[in-house]
Amino acid sequence: MTATATTAGPLDDGKSRRDFLLIATSTVGAVGTALAVWPLVDSMNPAADVLALASTEVDLSAIQQGQSITVVWRGKPVFVRHRTAAEIKAAEATALSELIDPQPDKARVKKPQWLVMVGVCTHLGCIPLGQKANDLKGDYGGWFCPCHGSHYDTAGRIRKGPAPQNLAVPDYQFLSDTVIRIG
Amino acid sequence: MAAVQWKNPVIKWIDYRLPIFTMVHHDLVDYPTPRNLNYWWNFGSLAGITLVIMVLTGIFLAMYYTPHVDYAFESVERIMRDVNYGWLIRYLHMNGGSMFFLAVYIHVFRGLYFGSYKAPRELLWIIGVFILLAMMATAFMGYVLPWGQMSFWAATVITNLFSAVPLVGEAIVRWLWGGFTVDNPTLNRFYALHFLLPFVILGLVGLHMWALHVHKSNNPLGIDIKSPSDTIPFHPYYTAKDMYGLGIFMTVYLFFVFFAPNFFGEPDNYIKANSLVTPAHIVPEWYLLPYYAILRAITFDIWFIPAKLIGVIAMFASILILVLLPWLDRSPVRSARFRPLYKQFFWLFFVDCLILGWVGANPPDAMLMGKISLLVIGQLATLYYFAFFLVIVPLLGIFERPKPLPESISAAVLKPGAAE
Ligand code: HEM
Ligand code: FES
Repeated sequence: MTATATTAGPLDDGKSRRDFLLIATSTVGAVGTALAVWPLVDSMNPAADVLALASTEVDLSAIQQGQSITVVWRGKPVFVRHRTAAEIKAAEATALSELIDPQPDKARVKKPQWLVMVGVCTHLGCIPLGQKANDLKGDYGGWFCPCHGSHYDTAGRIRKGPAPQNLAVPDYQFLSDTVIRIG
Repeated sequence: MAAVQWKNPVIKWIDYRLPIFTMVHHDLVDYPTPRNLNYWWNFGSLAGITLVIMVLTGIFLAMYYTPHVDYAFESVERIMRDVNYGWLIRYLHMNGGSMFFLAVYIHVFRGLYFGSYKAPRELLWIIGVFILLAMMATAFMGYVLPWGQMSFWAATVITNLFSAVPLVGEAIVRWLWGGFTVDNPTLNRFYALHFLLPFVILGLVGLHMWALHVHKSNNPLGIDIKSPSDTIPFHPYYTAKDMYGLGIFMTVYLFFVFFAPNFFGEPDNYIKANSLVTPAHIVPEWYLLPYYAILRAITFDIWFIPAKLIGVIAMFASILILVLLPWLDRSPVRSARFRPLYKQFFWLFFVDCLILGWVGANPPDAMLMGKISLLVIGQLATLYYFAFFLVIVPLLGIFERPKPLPESISAAVLKPGAAE
């Protein structure tokens, strides 16, 4: 038993066993290192207090027909619009075949006069114009994103430009006829 | 090369243990350099010096800057108004970013024109592409730090690019933000990375220099060094030439710092970030405009791939394609001086990049003289950009007939009446 490591027994046997040990050890080492990286990566995800952000309640009673307000929910603007009859009609009359992201108007509202949606362009996240009376509203009379030219209609659906999707409708409930809770 | 005999006993003592003086002598003094380098070869050292200026001014800004959404904007204003020479340090840093990109872009076009990316300098070139990418990331994150309107909306738009990734896009964006929008966690991590990345760049520059010094500089003729008479020592010839170039470069740089410090900036960035109002027209800094134009040029889906994703891929591909260039170009001749066709397509490519920059600076719906849509111009320019690398350059390698090459650098340069 004076042999050192370099003169191990039968060649095949020793070789394959060592190879196995080497590969197994390196694999465990690599997996372990990869696992150790995860806490670092995950630390960059939203922290517990950020996730715990509460929902937002909005009183609709003061919003006149044809008026919009912007409220903040999870740091994002939410558009709440009291739509006019003409706007509702335009939105309902649009054929699904004309839409980039087809969705009927009634799938986007709980009550036709109230349109509630996240005011963040689905292209690259700018805030579209159209909340104020004298804002640009785009070719479809809804909202217009100035960053790269996305046009949204009176139901907040994408009609023209680079944005791939309609403005998102958040989860919300009517707590009464004039109060909603978002989130 | 014979080892240097140091006379000073202290230098001798140190050099025996750590041959740092020998190394400097070898790489900056004796270093054999082609004798025919023109002024386009100044921009590498200019970029290096600018990097040092950026790190220095950055450290001093960091002594006063506060990376918090409630204080960042005010802390930068305080640097401008109250800190001794704070305005100077900030303007040096701000305009230094632009000068850095200017120097590096000229440096890259130099490489394209004189074929510096070809064997045996492929890795040198590829390391350079990574330096460019790291610079872009650094500059982008630095631009976010003053927390003005452009800072905030640039951060929003650029991080949202990753939402184009299928399935996990939204998760990636939330991970980048550390929240549901660009907010304090985002500012904090951008600051940490903005501080770190320049040192990564310094490391990459070290590798770049190492690779350079293995096969030495290319030259305007694009032919190899064949004998010592093709070269001159780096010092004093090129140290002097580099210093002269630096004088001119600094004159331009300091002109902007002192007389037009906000020339490259956007007035909107002096308005504090507001997460509920997007400025009417958001644009990146000038050095990112061509990529922005490429991003916006893609307005059509291809099969099932949405336009947004293709735009993002095209934008990243526009830089990464440089990595492949050494293999796309099969022509054995390096310098465009001997490539009559390549030379023309190269200049067209240069103009194409300027056009892309101009398109990127304009609103997406803009029209040229009320008739021609800028979008279409941007699309054609994008087409040429990629066709240059993927079609023109490979075909020229096969079909172009280069002019005869000179026998050697010294034969071409020392011949009476030869051009420099
Ligand atoms: C690769 C080199 C670098 C580039 C290209 C770069 C670029 C930039 C840019 C474009 C800005 C925004 C300027 C403005 O609009 O006000 C900025 C800000 C800043 N940078 Fe850098 N930077 C570099 C290196 C560094 C380093 C090494 C540090 C610190 C060690 C640093 C610290 C800062 C700080 C504190 C600010 C915020 C203050 C301000 O806005 O003026 N930078 N950087
Ligand atoms: S972010 Fe709205 S169009 Fe690009």
